[in-house]
Amino acid sequence: MSFRWPEFLRKSLIGPRLRAIFAKEMLAVLRDPRARLILVTPPLIQFFLFSFASTMEVTNIRVGVLDLDGGQWSREIVERIEGSPNMREVRALRSDAALKTAIDRQEVIAVLRFGPEFSADVAAGRPASVGAVYDGRRSNAAQIVSSYMQRIVGDVSAQTPRGSAIAVRLEGRGSGTAVRHWFNPNLDYIWFVMPALIAIIAAVSSIAVVSQSVARERELGTLDQLLVSPLRTHEILIGKMFPPIVVGLFNVTMFVILTPLVFGVPLTGSVPLFYLSLFFYLLALTGIGMLISVVSATQQQAFLGMFALTVPMIILSGYASPVDNMPGWLQAITWLNPPTWFLVVSEGTFLKAMPASDILSNTWPLAVQAAVSLWAASALFRSRME
Amino acid sequence: MTEPVALAPVASAKGLTKRFDGLDRPALDDVAITIAPGEMTGLVGPDGAGKTTLIRILAGLIDPDAGEATVGGRPATVQDRNALGYMPQRFGLYEDLTVRENLDLYADLRALPHDERADRFATLLDFTDLDRFQARLAGKLSGGMKQKLGLACALTREPRLLLLDEPGVGVDPVSRRELWAMVSQLAGEGIGILWSTAYLDEAEKCDTVFLLNEGKILASGEPDELTGQMDGRVVRYPVASDRRRVLREALDEDSVIDGMVQGDSIRLLLKDGADAPPASAIDASGEPRQARPRYEDAFVDLLGGGPGGTSALAARYPEVPASDKPAIEAHGLTRRFGDFTAAHDIRFSVGRGQVFGLLGPNGAGKSTTFKMLCGLLTPSEGTGTVNGFDLRTARADARQSLGYMAQKFSLYADLSVRQNLAFFAGAYGLDNSAAREAVESAIETFHLGPYLASDSGLLPLGYKQRLALACAVLHRPPVLFLDEPTSGVDPIVRREFWSHINGLVERGVSVLVTTHFMDEAEYCDEIALIYRGEQIATGSPDHLKEVAGTGDAPMEDAFIALIEQSDARREEMEAA
Amino acid sequence: MIDPASHPRLARFAAMMSKETRQILRDPSTFLIAFLLPVMLLFLMGYGVNLDATSTRVGMAVEDDSGEASSLAGAYASSRYFDVVETGPLQRLRKSLVSDDIRAIIVIPQDFGRDVAAGGGEVRVITDGSLPNTASFVAGQAEGVRATWAAQRASDRGMAADPPIDLLSRFWFNPELASRNFLVPGSIAIVMTMIGSLLTALVVAREWERGTLEALMATPIGMGEFLLTKVIPYFALGIVSMALCTLLAIFVFGVPFRGSVFALFLIASVYLVPALGQGLLISSALKNQFVASQVALLTAFLPTMLLSGFVFEIASMPKPIQALTYIVPARYLIPQIQTVFIAGDDWGLFLPDMAILLAFGAVLFGLCLRFTRRRIA
Repeated sequence: MSFRWPEFLRKSLIGPRLRAIFAKEMLAVLRDPRARLILVTPPLIQFFLFSFASTMEVTNIRVGVLDLDGGQWSREIVERIEGSPNMREVRALRSDAALKTAIDRQEVIAVLRFGPEFSADVAAGRPASVGAVYDGRRSNAAQIVSSYMQRIVGDVSAQTPRGSAIAVRLEGRGSGTAVRHWFNPNLDYIWFVMPALIAIIAAVSSIAVVSQSVARERELGTLDQLLVSPLRTHEILIGKMFPPIVVGLFNVTMFVILTPLVFGVPLTGSVPLFYLSLFFYLLALTGIGMLISVVSATQQQAFLGMFALTVPMIILSGYASPVDNMPGWLQAITWLNPPTWFLVVSEGTFLKAMPASDILSNTWPLAVQAAVSLWAASALFRSRME
Repeated sequence: MTEPVALAPVASAKGLTKRFDGLDRPALDDVAITIAPGEMTGLVGPDGAGKTTLIRILAGLIDPDAGEATVGGRPATVQDRNALGYMPQRFGLYEDLTVRENLDLYADLRALPHDERADRFATLLDFTDLDRFQARLAGKLSGGMKQKLGLACALTREPRLLLLDEPGVGVDPVSRRELWAMVSQLAGEGIGILWSTAYLDEAEKCDTVFLLNEGKILASGEPDELTGQMDGRVVRYPVASDRRRVLREALDEDSVIDGMVQGDSIRLLLKDGADAPPASAIDASGEPRQARPRYEDAFVDLLGGGPGGTSALAARYPEVPASDKPAIEAHGLTRRFGDFTAAHDIRFSVGRGQVFGLLGPNGAGKSTTFKMLCGLLTPSEGTGTVNGFDLRTARADARQSLGYMAQKFSLYADLSVRQNLAFFAGAYGLDNSAAREAVESAIETFHLGPYLASDSGLLPLGYKQRLALACAVLHRPPVLFLDEPTSGVDPIVRREFWSHINGLVERGVSVLVTTHFMDEAEYCDEIALIYRGEQIATGSPDHLKEVAGTGDAPMEDAFIALIEQSDARREEMEAA
Repeated sequence: MIDPASHPRLARFAAMMSKETRQILRDPSTFLIAFLLPVMLLFLMGYGVNLDATSTRVGMAVEDDSGEASSLAGAYASSRYFDVVETGPLQRLRKSLVSDDIRAIIVIPQDFGRDVAAGGGEVRVITDGSLPNTASFVAGQAEGVRATWAAQRASDRGMAADPPIDLLSRFWFNPELASRNFLVPGSIAIVMTMIGSLLTALVVAREWERGTLEALMATPIGMGEFLLTKVIPYFALGIVSMALCTLLAIFVFGVPFRGSVFALFLIASVYLVPALGQGLLISSALKNQFVASQVALLTAFLPTMLLSGFVFEIASMPKPIQALTYIVPARYLIPQIQTVFIAGDDWGLFLPDMAILLAFGAVLFGLCLRFTRRRIA
């Protein structure tokens, strides 16, 4: 395979040196079919794996019921639970000891316990209560299951004789809240995940490529060969920024196409603006990756540096949990984190039809990050030659 | 049978054949070898001949496809590994362990009893002169010292079989000579030794030599036997001046198949049955005298002779315009790393059309000097110029006028030959048609045609070096920097290299070269000998020999003598 | 020291172990992966990932000027779940919702007071559905605040408001539902995977790459011995790093530790068996540091993050993905480690998982031995 430039570029835009280094860097990344696979396959695997695995909904729930009552009202509640689409199994338990084991062994995430007088109390209009025990080790899932339970019990509660009576008597209690979820009416978790993944995977794949670039040449000795040639520092570095940006653009484009097609996520915003922001995002990532690469003496160091940096970048991006929930000092750190900004752009472009002003106000910090990190990388590169 | 048991071979193999996936010819093809106790057995051959594969089979690390290898009476794969000493090409040292820790590790692995350890280590450390460096990390040793430590580790427990895979590559003459002395002493103790090498002067000294080429044994036996066949075919002509040109003309004669500069004369190997050309035909200043043949002559003859004298590269090279400025200048170059001075006050100047050699032991400061002059390292003091451009103020211009060939292969191994050429053409600013022309011409000159699409990392070493030179001269620079350009390659490729260098020099190109081959040093117009960061001697080869007081002996003797003199002076000063 | 004269095998073993230990201590990358990264990860998980209820930035549009409306608006403003950062007409708040300045809009509509008096009175909530978790949380809390407000009003007028059926929820082990309590112990699983698989994959590949293994193979050391001398030091490193994380979890992040130290040690030890096996297998099969590190990342680190049940509920994943989780060793570690921290020792839960992990380990080490033959090619 040989790499050729379109004629107009060959003629005009760039001189032979820059052109040569562009072609070389692209070949270094793309020539080997295995290398091409490594660039595209893991991001695709990650894309699908994350999309399916990372669900915050809780389905296929297993719960237990310890029904010491066995009356009409306890059966009513159990039947409704069994009828809920999120339930997988409702296990009948016989004793408090069985309840404890079921929770301890994580066989069920929750158990409802009806006392012997439950149905009698309800029928008689006396206040009745149901106990619910949740496995707090899985606190997130437990919380969500608890809200399901609350809804079911609440519904049954309103239909009891006393419930109907209260509804009539309690004028002015208000009739609730009418909730509308904008941008994602059914609160599909995947609508959030896919745009976020685009930001994350672009970061992982482009930093992985660029962090190896200089370190690899240093370790293999080819860097000296470059440095004695008339190539200027900026030409070498610009050449090295080229593949991660191309790879990033390619992967993102693939995902931008797949996300609406495969996952049905709407793409409501401006695609040109998205790409403008993406370009600065990739530049910022490349600058950070380049810093790692310039500092590293070996490929192994570059790899570890890359790893040590991308893990916090992802955790702080707002993908794992909202930036809003972090303590203030940590939120301040996220301002330095490119994915934090681009995540907003990506979600905004897909779901919110975000206008230009908002896109730009999340893009200029990326431009600043790119300028600073690239400047620092080239300064370090120069000083490490001494 | 009355043959004494002691003379049974320590190791032997016959019918060895080994193929590797993706290679069209077998790495070894029906190879037989025996290694006798108490003898030095040499294994020589061009790179890619199969030497390493053979050694690994004997070490029991590769299974042959056919044939069998026996060590100490057992199949090689299940031999007694306590009795095997093996030094792989890369020495196998743990660079993050100290000298002593490496020794201890291998002693424990080979089950050397504790009560024998003190004596054994004392011997080994004394023998390798590493006693002072016991606490130093192996990674911080110079190349020669690493090699000695590698040997010491292979010898922690006296082996019955010692396998050495090219222990001399990239190592200076002093270290090589010391290593040889050590190992031949071991042979005297009854160990069977297999020494693989590209240095044919070492092969010459072996008791038995196996010559391997393209996976086949071409010749085996005492080196003298083979060398003896060359009797009467080696002649020396005195040449008063312009020896490189005279050599070129001589090599172009049909009757001559190899030749080199030696002191004030040129030495030629004649075709079998051919007469020596008359002195007048080659512009020599006197009639030829018979000279003693060497193993190298036999080697070159067996492999079909060296290249002609005319360089296809030089033929297309533009004449470098005359200039009153020196091509390369070093003005008191000094480089310090912390409180260690790697090079101190180096000064010399190289005129247009001259070859200047930097010689010196490993770690002496040659590479530091070299790197300062091509702009890879900023000097702590002093300045350097290339083609009149100051390296501090006009670095880019300086770089545009130099071609550089690094010590280690440092082109892009994962790019093809053509892609490497195209990249370097562009990197030196050659545009479209100029680049195309330069690349095509390089392909033709260096016979790279069959390899154009191959990954350059997979080329045989000789072709790698050709490609590296081809890339360095694409932009026709007036100055060339060559850092050990012939390290590890066989004599035929070395001859070809020097025919290019000599040809370019005649076109006015100036060359700065480092080498560990002392016969190559003879090609230089001037030499600077660097030792412990100091420039201890500078001058023409003849001048250096004179200063060293070694007369007409090979350059290697002068090199060693000068270093010894410098040591003696230093010791005197330290004593005083 | 052991004299090889009497115990050659033991002496070889001790020598290789001390060599490996020295290398570990001298290599900065060990320090990075075994100590620096775990500490960083714990801090990020402890502070950076917070799935718990906190206050949400909202905008409020009060379109009614009745007393009821301002009373309810006051209830929202004083709720600890809401941070009313903007008030104004709906039109302007919509823009802020698009710009991520607020996460929801609470609208108290015109005629709210009149509707309340008539037995109605609906509050409208508009959330930012692009963050589904926050959105559903906000929706729930908005209704909660409104219901509490209504109940308070009812009881002020002397009307009882007890629900007919009361759901009394109790969260065992973690009553305050701090996500930190499961995220921090879960990160210990990640840390042990990094040391066991990633670091080990790098070190064996390094011996291949630098040619030191070639020299070792020419000595009497057996390949099984060689592997074992790699396993033991990294096992120790894994345990030390796990202990460091545990101390941080308990004393810095205040995660309860209700089980026994012995159980924790045993759980970690058993998990390291397949983790080390995987690392060794990767490097002996690939012999190249860079490729080994990539493969370790993809086959060890990522599955531990995603498919172990650490962050995401396995039961909620699609069936094929669920099936995949059965071959992820960390899947069997996460319940054990969460239990030993916040529930206490439960051998009935531990032992079956340990048995599975040991079986994984046996398979992986068996494969390793097959791949690490005393041969170069």
